[in-house]
Amino acid sequence: MTELTIVQAINRGLAEAMRADPDVLVLGEDVGVNGGVFRATEGLHKEFGADRVIDTPLSETGIIGAAIGMALYGLKPIAEIQFVDFIYPAFDQIVSELAKFRYRSGGQYPCHVVIRSPYGGGIKGGLYHSQSPEAYFAHTAGLKVVIPSTPSDAKGLLTTAIHDPDPVLFLEPKRIYRAVSGEVPDGEHRVPFGEARIAREGSDVTLLAYGAMIPTCTQAAETLAASGVQAEVVDLRTLVPLDEAAILASVEKTGRVVIVHEAPRFCGYGAELAALLAEKAFFSLKAPVQRVTGYDTPFPYALENLYLPSAERIVHAARAAVAAG
Amino acid sequence: MSESAPVPEVATSENPTEIPAADLPKIYRAMVLARVVDERCLTLQRQGRIGFYVPLQGQEAAQVGSAWALDPEDWIFPAYRELAVALVRGVPVKLLLDQFIGNSGDVLKGRQMPNHYGYREFRFVTASSPVGTQISQAVGAAMAARWKGEEIVTVTYFGDGTTSSNDFHAGLNFAGVFKAPTIFFCQNNQWAISLPRDRQTKSETLAVKATAYGFPGVVVDGTDVHAVYRAVREARARALAGEGPTLIEAQVYRLGPHSTSDDPRRYRTDAELALWKEKDPLARMKHELLAAALLTEDDDVALWETTRKEVVAAFEAAEATPPVDPLTMFDDVFAERTPALEAQRAEFEESQKAGTGKS
Repeated sequence: MTELTIVQAINRGLAEAMRADPDVLVLGEDVGVNGGVFRATEGLHKEFGADRVIDTPLSETGIIGAAIGMALYGLKPIAEIQFVDFIYPAFDQIVSELAKFRYRSGGQYPCHVVIRSPYGGGIKGGLYHSQSPEAYFAHTAGLKVVIPSTPSDAKGLLTTAIHDPDPVLFLEPKRIYRAVSGEVPDGEHRVPFGEARIAREGSDVTLLAYGAMIPTCTQAAETLAASGVQAEVVDLRTLVPLDEAAILASVEKTGRVVIVHEAPRFCGYGAELAALLAEKAFFSLKAPVQRVTGYDTPFPYALENLYLPSAERIVHAARAAVAAG
Repeated sequence: MSESAPVPEVATSENPTEIPAADLPKIYRAMVLARVVDERCLTLQRQGRIGFYVPLQGQEAAQVGSAWALDPEDWIFPAYRELAVALVRGVPVKLLLDQFIGNSGDVLKGRQMPNHYGYREFRFVTASSPVGTQISQAVGAAMAARWKGEEIVTVTYFGDGTTSSNDFHAGLNFAGVFKAPTIFFCQNNQWAISLPRDRQTKSETLAVKATAYGFPGVVVDGTDVHAVYRAVREARARALAGEGPTLIEAQVYRLGPHSTSDDPRRYRTDAELALWKEKDPLARMKHELLAAALLTEDDDVALWETTRKEVVAAFEAAEATPPVDPLTMFDDVFAERTPALEAQRAEFEESQKAGTGKS
């Protein structure tokens, strides 16, 4: 075990995967000599060379299109989109091509591209360096969507993604890239997809979240505990595939749910979770499902701390759920 | 043939740029087969026996000539109009017709509209409808092939309209930067549905666009199978020599509609069509073979007759092939069905059995 930050764990995961398999390569803007604007690919260019750590022209659609071609040919490309806010030029390649290749070819052309990209607010990034677009991609059949919240999961889920036969969008919580550190297993470490993690056990209310909202939820849970409310924090880890069983087991125990994400509320990933609870946990619920999310506005620069879910807002929602029944 | 940028002379004895004479009758047969399938499919669509069709009439020389110049190991990233390329690759007509119908013989399992086929066996990548997306993919695959040390090229097909797309720019730019062994084969058929070529771009030619990306672009007469073959052979040799990509603009004419959903009389004149019909690549090829005594009029009549019979028989066999199993709807979304897909599949199966899920 080694104590690492999230970004260090990602770097470690990339390096180890590249050492283990010559078909793994990295491409993206500034990923080579510069080591990535967040340093996630630092040292890779030096170790593996320019043919495997490819600095590309500034074109997201080109990056994903080329990565698809490489994957069709049998390589395992890991494409970096510098900020997920810039993924939209590649939306067509991701949604029309990457997600559908296996299906549209009747299974002839699997297309295992991993797209890594930092997402989320809290770094004073304004409209175009703060977004959380996971719902667009979770809505697209054929894509797996993964969001780690700890260094160990960052490496373990990334390693699983690199070896997964399907395309994976791997969203990295950039706000906690360096703010969170923890023990990370050395060597091969895989965390399976479709298995949520109970970040904190509790019996009174379930906080459903992922990525950078996990530390915020944990903080909220500590505040609640001080007033005798025990919150269970469920870290979904993979939005597709979703661990329904873990969610339903927690809600059966607590009967109350607060869903937390940074993205706008309307048609956000939380809406799917709320629908799941309505369909499958209706008789376990003691109180209406609460959502603490970004507002239905573009991401505001100066007001980001008021826009983003805070521990205080989560505490307030959890107390409302407890008061309701 | 005019050139917007110089192409090095690369013809060698190992890389003949002239079509072997013995191949010419075969090339003509491939063109006739494509034309017959095309005519038949237009009829079948009108009869409601296939849902949709994208014809290629007028583009046979460009397609057959280019495909003939490739090695079987080369990868093709087509658009949805490359029927003759697929035929040259060896895709059986029955298999194509299975795809047009979407039956259980369809390798794609009935998942796509007609013309969006693909066959890994023939290194012919499954097409999609968005235009241009295949271009940067072809570049990535070429980079991968080079990385693996494999001596192949990738060839991507697209039309004049696609030169306006994001991925045309992205793909050619990447190819230039990385010197990818890729051939960009543009069939300029003069019309992107209703938009004429001169409203698509103010560039004097489409080929000239390659200059900005740092590699040669050449214009060829796409009704001349020899010119097309030569250009592709040269581009292929360049690519394999590590000299990078080439953009080839084959000037052709779409003699039919964009698709069976389109009526070209709304936007172009009979006079224009008549002019290009005189340049029908099949007529041109036939006259060449007659002049070279490689074909007689009787041979030709027999060829068309035999080919029509073959295609009719293939379609009858395709129509007799059972429909797709509905449960395959849930396969190939992922390598393995997720729990959510497994649950939906079970729900669907139950509804089919109970008779509550009928269409």
